Amino acid sequence: MSAETAISPIFGRLTWESLPFHEPILVGTFAVVALGGVGLLAALTHFKLWGYLWREWFTTVDHKKIGIMYMILGIVMLLRGFADAVMMRLQQAMAFGGSEGYLNAHHYDQIFTAHGVIMIFFVAMPLVTGLMNYVVPLQIGARDVSFPFLNNFSFWMTAAGAVLVMISLFVGEFARTGWLAYPPLSGIGYSPGVGVDYYIWALQVAGVGTTLSGINLIATIVKMRAPGMSLMKMPVFTWTSLCTNILIVASFPVLTAVLALLSLDRYVGTNFFTNDFGGSPMMYVNLIWIWGHPEVYILILPLFGVFSEVTSTFSGKKLFGYTSMVYATVVITILSYLVWLHHFFTMGSGASVNSFFGITTMIISIPTGAKIFNWLFTMYRGRIRFELPMMWTVAFMLTFVIGGMTGVLLAVPPADFVLHNSLFLIAHFHNVIIGGVLYGLFAGINYWFPKAFGFKLDEKWGKISFWTWVIGFFLAFMPLYVLGLMGVTRRMRVFDDPSLQIWFVIAGLGAALIAVGIFAFLVQIAVSIKNREKLRDVTGDPWDGRTLEWATSSPPPAYNFAFTPVIHDGDAWWDMKKRGYARPTSGFRSIHMPKNTGTGVILSVLSIALALGLIWYIWWLAAASFLAIIVTAIAHTFNYDRDYHVPVEEVRQTEDERTRVLAAAGV
Amino acid sequence: MSVHTIEAALSADKPSFHLEEEPHHPEGSSTMLGFWIYLMSDCLIFAMLFAAFGVLGGNYAAGPAPKDLFDLPLVALNTAMLLFSSITYGFAMLAMERGKVAQTQTWLAITGLFGLCFLGIELYEFAHLIHEGATPQRSAFLSAFFTLVGTHGLHVTFGIIWLVTLMIQVAQRGLVAANKRRLMCLSMFWHFLDVIWIGVFTFVYLLGMLR
Repeated sequence: MSAETAISPIFGRLTWESLPFHEPILVGTFAVVALGGVGLLAALTHFKLWGYLWREWFTTVDHKKIGIMYMILGIVMLLRGFADAVMMRLQQAMAFGGSEGYLNAHHYDQIFTAHGVIMIFFVAMPLVTGLMNYVVPLQIGARDVSFPFLNNFSFWMTAAGAVLVMISLFVGEFARTGWLAYPPLSGIGYSPGVGVDYYIWALQVAGVGTTLSGINLIATIVKMRAPGMSLMKMPVFTWTSLCTNILIVASFPVLTAVLALLSLDRYVGTNFFTNDFGGSPMMYVNLIWIWGHPEVYILILPLFGVFSEVTSTFSGKKLFGYTSMVYATVVITILSYLVWLHHFFTMGSGASVNSFFGITTMIISIPTGAKIFNWLFTMYRGRIRFELPMMWTVAFMLTFVIGGMTGVLLAVPPADFVLHNSLFLIAHFHNVIIGGVLYGLFAGINYWFPKAFGFKLDEKWGKISFWTWVIGFFLAFMPLYVLGLMGVTRRMRVFDDPSLQIWFVIAGLGAALIAVGIFAFLVQIAVSIKNREKLRDVTGDPWDGRTLEWATSSPPPAYNFAFTPVIHDGDAWWDMKKRGYARPTSGFRSIHMPKNTGTGVILSVLSIALALGLIWYIWWLAAASFLAIIVTAIAHTFNYDRDYHVPVEEVRQTEDERTRVLAAAGV
Repeated sequence: MSVHTIEAALSADKPSFHLEEEPHHPEGSSTMLGFWIYLMSDCLIFAMLFAAFGVLGGNYAAGPAPKDLFDLPLVALNTAMLLFSSITYGFAMLAMERGKVAQTQTWLAITGLFGLCFLGIELYEFAHLIHEGATPQRSAFLSAFFTLVGTHGLHVTFGIIWLVTLMIQVAQRGLVAANKRRLMCLSMFWHFLDVIWIGVFTFVYLLGMLR
């Protein structure tokens, strides 16, 4: 789209040409998505599920349901992000010896950008936030988070960001800049289209949700812990969640600010990151990595917590070195702010600056190494049960250590000058993100699924998923290390040297194997739902767990605990079991709980409208939806009637039912 | 929930694993902490804008420099408006503590007026600069200047909208616990903007004149 195109007062720069009819792949995808979407909507209408979904899920302020919605969002977006990955692998395996592959440059550049953006912001972040949302309040013995409405709102803002990225697939285009959209390429001069604007507003809208959810979880962990749970008696997952959310609150505003400045450059014509009039593109690179580096620790830290819980539970032992684990987490949290420049050693900051950041980067491997040893020592002389969560944990330790070592290698500035921007780097960060974050998520999902739904996940399909994922990962990414060492740079669409092709073919096979792994995971969930009666757990404690979330029923009642628990030991539930804790069966009281509200959904829809107005220069839509957001938000504050009491009768009924089930199961 | 029972429940000789009474967390007990953390996140946004100004503040691109543009007496007057508004907000909070609705409302209204004066002077200054050709597009220095000062002004604008909303709510329901909590939050927000402005006044205007 040329800049000279007249901007219609009604439709902005949205025209029929904005729809990608000329891209057969996109038309096909759209047909499938549209048919699927219509089918889904029809089914929901046919089975009269809208009311149920609205009342029980969309408007819910229950941290458990919001957590589950985050997980569903993450899994759906994983399919999209992975489709992008497969397309890239296919293109790179084909485009040799004069072949152009099957993707044109315009499409291919959008794909690698969308892949990165989606995997980080709309897969990893929702999955991690979902786990924290579900588990943290249960682990600290709370009824909900500190700000339940805010939690609902945060989820819907994240979902709105995901919706915007999905819309860009079919209306207009996505950014062609790489996932961090460096200027001047992302400036209005080189990216005049809507792609970068989709990128900016999707991230801004989702960023509001992420920041608020970070604030919410910090306040929850600081203020809502059950009596007796001092900081050093918190479960490690809660600790890592606390550190992660501190990182979120201390880094996402940086992203918000830097994207705001980029949008000013694009919309108003300011000169922050331009090459002329005194602007500095390198300032953007600095600022965005000041957010970007803490971001990777935001992703990995909660999973370190998951591995700690899993290792200790399935080894039947208290976690080895709890104190050092906590301090290691805190040290990583602090150090993650002091390393951002290692993402651009080649910028030319000089030897002393590069040395400083190289050294701080290497220092991070010390607390991380301490963690690995703690997990190993927890396993040492433990009674290890190799259930699925434990398998993922062991695979993590083996895979992550390789990624960590290549990371230390890249931290050496002279080596980085050679490997910068190469496939070696791509292999490194997939090695730590898949081997750390993704394996951790699978460990966490397999571990806590029985808590959320009351039945375990099918083991056979879980193992198929596990082995195809792990083998597929090594097959897909080890060749990239080799290619990177040979000097192949990232984001290439076609290649000249035919001797490289075999490595790309192997990597493509790895991606195919991972596809089987994802499919097996979906089958695992389907099969488990089908066989749920066989996989049922009535105890609420299927793994012989150690922390408080296993003390209540599975799934837990809306109020989590009939009585606020009192904690005496770090492994609170283990301690309770050991000392002959008897579940109280009388003396119930009414419980104070927050009410559901639809304001979060409304604000999220309005935010999508605002973003679309800004992306397409439809100024009336932007102005109207902005005004509507303000009015809705203010109107919400006039509602003072935000909570209710679960009547004693209802609590007694729920708890008596559980007493009966437990007695019938002979527990 | 009395402290006594929690201590009893925690005592080692006769361990109890749950509390008999509710609620453990009184309503709104996290609000101040949560709002404080939000303010810190907002502070980071300003930190980024200050950093951008620090990096780009000398890049005039052969355009006007602070010495050519800034009218310090006017900015001093503007600063006084904001500082006075903080004092009057403090008076509103004192009145709120004593439970005096009319007094609280009066001081809130005065605070809002000072805020409006501040915004008016700032808009006048912006209009004047733009009229002289010192637009945000002219140079990186002016981009950073308008963005930093404008973002602060935008915050003050939202603060005033919020203030009016709260005045209506206080008029409707009086100084109930929820309204007191909200006034406390706005108080923190308002003083926070004051602190940011001290930074703007010092780093942008005063040090700018020395460049």
